[in-house]
Amino acid sequence: MIEIYLFLVFMIIAAIIAIEIKDLLAAAIAVGAVGFSVAILFILLQAPDLAIVQIVVEILTVIIFVAVIFRTTAIDETITKRFTPMQIFGLFFYGFFVILFLIIMEKIFNQLSPFGSPIMKIASEYIKMGLPKVGGVNIVADIILDFRGLDTLGEATVLFTSAIGVLAVMRKIGRK
Amino acid sequence: MSGMSLIVKRITNIVSGFIFMYGIYIILHGHLTPGGGFAGGVIIAGSLILRILAFGSSAEKEKELSRRVPRLMSIGLLIFWGSAFAGLLIASVFFLNAPIFGLGKPFHLLSAGLIPICNIGIGINVAAGLFSIFLALASVKYIMED
Repeated sequence: MIEIYLFLVFMIIAAIIAIEIKDLLAAAIAVGAVGFSVAILFILLQAPDLAIVQIVVEILTVIIFVAVIFRTTAIDETITKRFTPMQIFGLFFYGFFVILFLIIMEKIFNQLSPFGSPIMKIASEYIKMGLPKVGGVNIVADIILDFRGLDTLGEATVLFTSAIGVLAVMRKIGRK
Repeated sequence: MSGMSLIVKRITNIVSGFIFMYGIYIILHGHLTPGGGFAGGVIIAGSLILRILAFGSSAEKEKELSRRVPRLMSIGLLIFWGSAFAGLLIASVFFLNAPIFGLGKPFHLLSAGLIPICNIGIGINVAAGLFSIFLALASVKYIMED
């Protein structure tokens, strides 16, 4: 369990570096560090399905960031050291809401049933019926493509629609 | 884009085919091992993007590709929707899994009913979708020049 907390602390530090540093290439590398830590966390939590997707998507994201930085500018001019009064005001409100959120969450987590015995019984049903009803050995594929097939159908359609949207914005023919 | 150095080109020539094959393996074994259509599709798109980044490309080639790749994306989505509607046509149950091929034996490549076909459809859809987004972003320069 301790390595999960170590990775969480590392991710928080890397995320703060990514938004505070002036050199944009270092910021992109810090974002990559956060993403690969998420992938390692998925492996530690025994979710190889998610780890594969996370690693590949993270590589693509960092490559596109680095390509954009090489072709444009590498220094972020908008970061300044001095806080404006508006930012101090915002930080004050942010801290207030974080404390409020923690207090409310503490009460909610005390009301939940303990880990391993959820309120909804449907997940154990999925695990029990996966192999006899669907026949796939990989239980994740059974769930996302059969029990929750409509969900995946909508997801694939959303990806198709977003790709079509990018192409429609970026195309040349019919723009004028 | 005229591509990167000779070392990168040689390594890309050796490696990208294996990455492509690994993506196909992840898709086809989606019901047996971790992974599936989405992960394999992203890996295939990554191998294609690697080739474009290493070798560079011309305006003509990118225009030709960005005309053809979205069709592949539609074909992938149609495979997935078709396998969802097949159950509706045969036994009037949407997303019916078993009766077309039967469930097969577990741990075999041809098992789990329609799930491999759904994985193949999602894989083609995701690979072509991500690659066409990359092509659209990469060919902005040529559009600006025109």
